[in-house]
Amino acid sequence: MSTHLSSPPSPAGRRTASWPQITQVEGLPIILVFLVLVGLFIVTAPEVFLHWPIYLSFLTTVPPMLVLAIGLTLVVAAGEIDLSFPSTLAFSGFLFSVCESSLGNPWLGLIAALAGGALIGLVNGLLVACIGVPSIIITIGTQFFWAGAASILSGGQSDALQELDGSAIYDVFAGNLFGFLPMQSLWAVGLAVFMWFILNRHRFGEHILFIGDNRQVARVAGINVMRETVKLFVLMGVLGGFAAVLLTVENLNYFSTQGQGYLLPALAGVFIGGTSVFGGTATIVGTFFGTFIIGMLEAGIVATGIAGFWVQAIEGIVFVAAVTLHLLMESPGKLRQLRALAGLGGRP
Amino acid sequence: MDKQSDTGSDYAHIVRAEGISLSYGKIRALQGINLAIGRNEIVGLIGDNGAGKSTLIKVLTGVVRPTSGKLYIRDKPVDWTHYSVREAHRLRFETVYQEKSLGEKQPLWRNIFVGRQITNRFGFIKVAEERRIANDILKRQLGFRGVGIDADSTISKLSGGERQGIAIGRAMHFDSDLIILDEPTVALAISEVRKVLDFVRSIKNSGRACIYIEHNLAHVHALADRLIVLDRGRIVADIKSGEMTLEELTKFLIDLQKSGHAAGIG
Ligand SMILES: Nc1ncnc2c1ncn2[C@@H]1O[C@H](COP(=O)(O)OP(=O)(O)O)[C@@H](O)[C@H]1O
Ligand SMILES: [Mg+2]
Repeated sequence: MSTHLSSPPSPAGRRTASWPQITQVEGLPIILVFLVLVGLFIVTAPEVFLHWPIYLSFLTTVPPMLVLAIGLTLVVAAGEIDLSFPSTLAFSGFLFSVCESSLGNPWLGLIAALAGGALIGLVNGLLVACIGVPSIIITIGTQFFWAGAASILSGGQSDALQELDGSAIYDVFAGNLFGFLPMQSLWAVGLAVFMWFILNRHRFGEHILFIGDNRQVARVAGINVMRETVKLFVLMGVLGGFAAVLLTVENLNYFSTQGQGYLLPALAGVFIGGTSVFGGTATIVGTFFGTFIIGMLEAGIVATGIAGFWVQAIEGIVFVAAVTLHLLMESPGKLRQLRALAGLGGRP
Repeated sequence: MDKQSDTGSDYAHIVRAEGISLSYGKIRALQGINLAIGRNEIVGLIGDNGAGKSTLIKVLTGVVRPTSGKLYIRDKPVDWTHYSVREAHRLRFETVYQEKSLGEKQPLWRNIFVGRQITNRFGFIKVAEERRIANDILKRQLGFRGVGIDADSTISKLSGGERQGIAIGRAMHFDSDLIILDEPTVALAISEVRKVLDFVRSIKNSGRACIYIEHNLAHVHALADRLIVLDRGRIVADIKSGEMTLEELTKFLIDLQKSGHAAGIG
């Protein structure tokens, strides 16, 4: 618009030239952290980390958490949060187990689990989008409610599902492809790829990014913020229901507290991966590696011979280091935002 | 171009409002607004800060719904329950809003097409095509050359003038029948202002309509076919081009402000 804008090409004209794009490879910092950690484990516990079984075991334990973290990545991208997914693991897991043990139909159980998750997401979404309750508050409440509902309905009992071993649904969700590759890892990786396309290449993903960036801008751009927010929470719920099925089928057991212990690791996977809590930007690749880091640390630390009670402290260090690394590597604006939040006098 | 019946060319007024009122709690932002914009009319909307100008255009473009009143587009009544920004876009209205209308953390190409992406039938965006058109808009329509701005630039890295340029470039690209500009020249350098004024003139020359909100009276007075003066949510004057000199207009507005203060005190 101004005269300087139509001036002839200058050295500044190469502001977007090739080398900065290398650092813009999605999730690069966290991929490096991941490789460094694997390297450390190989050095400190070669007898474990130079052999396949440990990696195959990660591929069976991490997928439910990865499915949850992928959903959360989209929720956080929209500037929202969902803390109710552990209760989805319990509630949808219950629906699955009841369909299996009472009706003998695990496929109906799968549908019921997804539908139950959708219901949980729908309630969250309507409360957030239409009534305007902040998601961080309302999903604490719905977390209690659905976890409680699962306890009441199951009578707090666990439900052994041994009969599923070797059944078709087991083969599909927890079997081994070619006799070694865990099926749940294929589902999780496939889902990660698909959701990458949804977030980065689909209209819905773009709407989520704009909503997270600036709600008002999203509205004047013609995005139906309410409808997209409801859709987003329903999607999160359905993914929670799917994670519940993966978990329950793998364990061949349902217990009403099976969601406990997933809340912080799944969130940690998202934030270690580099998705901004401020919304508007998100990385599925980052979440992928962030979740594997979280899933790998515990087994890895124990394998190195360090006592188990070190696990959490080391996880904490990795978390803080990774999140700080992202801030330093990406936009300095983020750093300023944080400083301002912390009242350190950064420009807002 | 495939013209559907509700975007057809057989109409007298591109938009007409009847008795539009809107309250934000106790604030009565708009009170019984009646106005009609001809199909090739440049209408300047002027008035003090807080007069309701931005609110009025937000009603016209489906961002907010009024408390009461009717809207006609191309002489056909609008059903408020189905009116939205998306619908306004479909009816070939284009708006450059006063406040931020760009996603700061998003690349430029997304900002140009957001809300009306070029997609395949499954809703996946044709990124290469959007990028190409965005670069084209930058080069041909806006003359952004050799400044290191391209379709992948993030909005947060652009200057105020560059951002306004993008918003206007977007409006130009989605060639519309009514283009609304809400104080587009605030915070622009003089040379940038001149480009905006040229753009308004090109709207007129291409047979389309424009609502132009502008603080600089000399600019609107020179450009507009008609000036509508808004004061505390009401239209207080509707002045055809040539009916008032710039001096008379300035005096009229100053008197209005004084009477407003008197009313406020009394
Ligand atoms: N979203 C809103 N919530 C509450 N009040 C608002 C809102 N938007 C505008 N207003 C009020 O409505 C009145 C008209 O504002 P506006 O249309 O922005 O005026 P103008 O564009 O003429 O400066 C002002 O008193 C303003 O404070
Ligand atoms: Mg205004």
